[in-house]
Amino acid sequence: MSDHQHSSEVGTTSSNAPGAELERFDDPGLPEHKSRMADRDPKAAKRAERQIVVLFAISVIGTIASLIVYFAVPPGETTASVRLSTLALGLGMAFALLGIGVGAVHWAKTLMSDHEHVDERHEQRSSEEVRAEAVKALTDGAQDSGIGRRGVLKGAVISALALFPLTIAVPLIGSVGGDWNVSKFRHTRWERGMRLAIDPSGRPIKAADVTIGSAVHVIPDVSEEERLSHAWITEKAKAVVLLVRLDPRELKEAEDRVGWSYDGIVAYSKICTHVGCPVALYEQQTHHLLCPCHQSTFDVADGAKVVFGPAKRPLPQLPITVDDEGYLIAQDDFDEPVGPSYWERLK
Amino acid sequence: MSTTAKAAAGTADYLDQRTGVGKAVKEFARKVFPDHWSFLLGEIALYSFVVLLISGVFLTMFFVPSMALIEYHGQPASMDGVLMSEAFASTLHTSFEVRGGLLMRQIHHWAALLFMAAIVTHMMRVFFTGAFRKPREVNWIVGIVLMILGLAAGFSGYSLPDDVLSGNGLRITDGVVKSIPLIGSYMSYFIFGGEFPGEDIIPRLFTVHILLVPALILALIALHLFFVVLHKHTQYPGGGRTDKNVVGFPLFPVYVAKAGGFFFVVFGILALMGGTMSINNVWNYGPYDPSPVGAGAQPDWYMLFLEGSLRLMPGQTEYVIGGYTLSLNVLIPAVVIPGLLFTFLIVYPFLEAAVTKDKREHHVLDRPRNVPVRTGLGVAFLTAFIILALAGSNDLIATHFSMSLNAITWVFRILFFAGPVFAFWITKRICLGLQRKDRELVLHGHETGRIVRFAHGEYIEVHRPLDEQERWLRVNYDAHRPLEIEPAQDARGVRRKGYKKDRRMQRLSRFFYEDRVEPVTPAELAAAHSHGEHDTLAGAPEHQEIGSGAPVGGGRTIVSPETGPDEQNR
Repeated sequence: MSDHQHSSEVGTTSSNAPGAELERFDDPGLPEHKSRMADRDPKAAKRAERQIVVLFAISVIGTIASLIVYFAVPPGETTASVRLSTLALGLGMAFALLGIGVGAVHWAKTLMSDHEHVDERHEQRSSEEVRAEAVKALTDGAQDSGIGRRGVLKGAVISALALFPLTIAVPLIGSVGGDWNVSKFRHTRWERGMRLAIDPSGRPIKAADVTIGSAVHVIPDVSEEERLSHAWITEKAKAVVLLVRLDPRELKEAEDRVGWSYDGIVAYSKICTHVGCPVALYEQQTHHLLCPCHQSTFDVADGAKVVFGPAKRPLPQLPITVDDEGYLIAQDDFDEPVGPSYWERLK
Repeated sequence: MSTTAKAAAGTADYLDQRTGVGKAVKEFARKVFPDHWSFLLGEIALYSFVVLLISGVFLTMFFVPSMALIEYHGQPASMDGVLMSEAFASTLHTSFEVRGGLLMRQIHHWAALLFMAAIVTHMMRVFFTGAFRKPREVNWIVGIVLMILGLAAGFSGYSLPDDVLSGNGLRITDGVVKSIPLIGSYMSYFIFGGEFPGEDIIPRLFTVHILLVPALILALIALHLFFVVLHKHTQYPGGGRTDKNVVGFPLFPVYVAKAGGFFFVVFGILALMGGTMSINNVWNYGPYDPSPVGAGAQPDWYMLFLEGSLRLMPGQTEYVIGGYTLSLNVLIPAVVIPGLLFTFLIVYPFLEAAVTKDKREHHVLDRPRNVPVRTGLGVAFLTAFIILALAGSNDLIATHFSMSLNAITWVFRILFFAGPVFAFWITKRICLGLQRKDRELVLHGHETGRIVRFAHGEYIEVHRPLDEQERWLRVNYDAHRPLEIEPAQDARGVRRKGYKKDRRMQRLSRFFYEDRVEPVTPAELAAAHSHGEHDTLAGAPEHQEIGSGAPVGGGRTIVSPETGPDEQNR
């Protein structure tokens, strides 16, 4: 009996079987009410009352304390003083609130009647008569309106209601996406001859300044005015580049990209081809670039190919060289859109 | 009549003559609600939402939803003179110069985390106890929509300060949106008003965060609570609690005090958290800049599963078809997986009703053990959710435990599939085991630890039978059986339409109810007691009760509450 199995037929109880009720235990009814200390002993009740009064008094004290703190503990000039003010205000507020809360709950649990009440439930479903009346109300109404007989009218009403949202939707959709020119994804601020500058100072970089093994965060060398304009953040979001100098012997270059690097210096888009986080962590020993958001890992020595993680494509490479003064410059813009993939990316 | 009583009566009369409020008071003042700690989870969600509204109004007084660039002057020193958006600058101003501003920011953030946590645990309570069954299916859907709106509220609010961390979160969103086939690029423009990040996203998120989403949440909370009042609250099983009644305490005064007081408790704890635990110190991250990003960045907890899902997906699944790029490596983890998870939640009540063919209203909750497959599926779901959330912290796990990131990722990839299956299996077995334990208890009573030796040398352990309340809790449930369907052909050998559909439903029903443990019937209990010489439970000291012969703990069982060994005989 104790190892009664699942498919066992020992228990003949089934909710579906007729007469199942006979095979079931009877509801024993509500359990006996257990009286509390405060119900039996007036002293305990008095004690509970005092406790509740104290709790509400704590709340009042908390409120007064937080008002005093407001004037006495200003945020001040340092992070620490701001923290202190926050802590003091928070504690005052917490006591003010918890005093009320704990007091009220304590009151309900110790002094208010704990005799259980029983309410009846009724089925949600309306009775047949009510349903019939509801149906009648609807059919009467429909008949009064004549909607059933006047087909053209029905069509006109539905058309008007279905179409009017366009008066809001069209202007909204027309403007909400700016100029809707999604081909902007294809180009960045890089152009032929543009110098590579250090992010965020904007100082151009000479090839000689980049030592082997170092990684430099790079932006296009644009005017300071442009860098302080608001449009810059959107351009920068596409144009950031990571520059790495490797031992030229370690560098594997594809046939069609020979000449894109300069003396072991390679530049790759810093925008992850997965969902666009900045690929910021460079591991010198392995030449791996790691995206801190989702851990896509790219091999800088081998065309920034994906070696691990959720990205599929290598990071786009920025073809670079040096100008007459020895500054690193871009040969051209990226030859593919940077950042995450999208449907018409290759079109 | 005292003056107060007179004033109250006067006011009541005034109101009732104009609104008929007396009817509502009569109807609702003493409305009965059942009591259980797990019913507080939904209340926590409601109260943290109220706290969000209060602290949120405070914050809107000082926040400037603008991406216009300004040079900041003020505290903290590290940010003095830095070029930043007005949104970020006003966040710093609120934190450092507005008295109580940082407190309100921190209360608001903690309340948001608690709001989502309360919603999720409340959903777990509702799921595992079967509270979503008829007539509450619609309210379950309302709850799911509320949860999704909660995610939207959290996400839109998280991004408002325009700091580096949240800016990268937005950038991830942009990447995910772009992966949507056909319209991805346009969706991105739709959201950002052009290319990411543009100048529109903060004002837009602000409107979403303080108007659109809260208005929807408020409306749906009203609907959610309306349904609770309409259906009357569910109750846990127990003596005297049936599907036809509701047992508990009256709204006035008990729940006015308890629930009202609980609001202050929740608010008080959030104030304590806001005052003592710092959160989202945006001045440490700095204003948004597309270039830097910190290692070990984590989203708020309720977004971790999406983050983990993105991290686990291998990149090979991006395809180019006819020149168009299909980024399944983003689409599957960020759109399909959450879609499947939410679909499961939405569909489940209807699926269970279909395989159970149960049209009755249910107001008494299930004990989770009594519906092993539902409980198993719920735990499997949670397992998948938790594994994804953990995967969202795989870099922190790697650095904290000095493990290989790649190895952890691979383990999570495998666990995502194997974990839920294992969790389902083990949970179902545990539920069935607990049900058998219940049967065992009902049939043979509690082990008392008292060992008795008979004159002829046999040892037995004395068992104390369950009192009727204890027993009722363990026998009062339905063990549903798999559906029975009509045969494929009718009496004249004609193929029946819809047979295949019925057959599929039957298979599903078997999955749910093939393995089951039936509740003990009075006849079984009687039989268990009469396997010995006689069948008494209590109050017949000269009699003793031998179990049915099933071995328990290696010995025979005896059920005899008060009898001492020397009074017993065989």
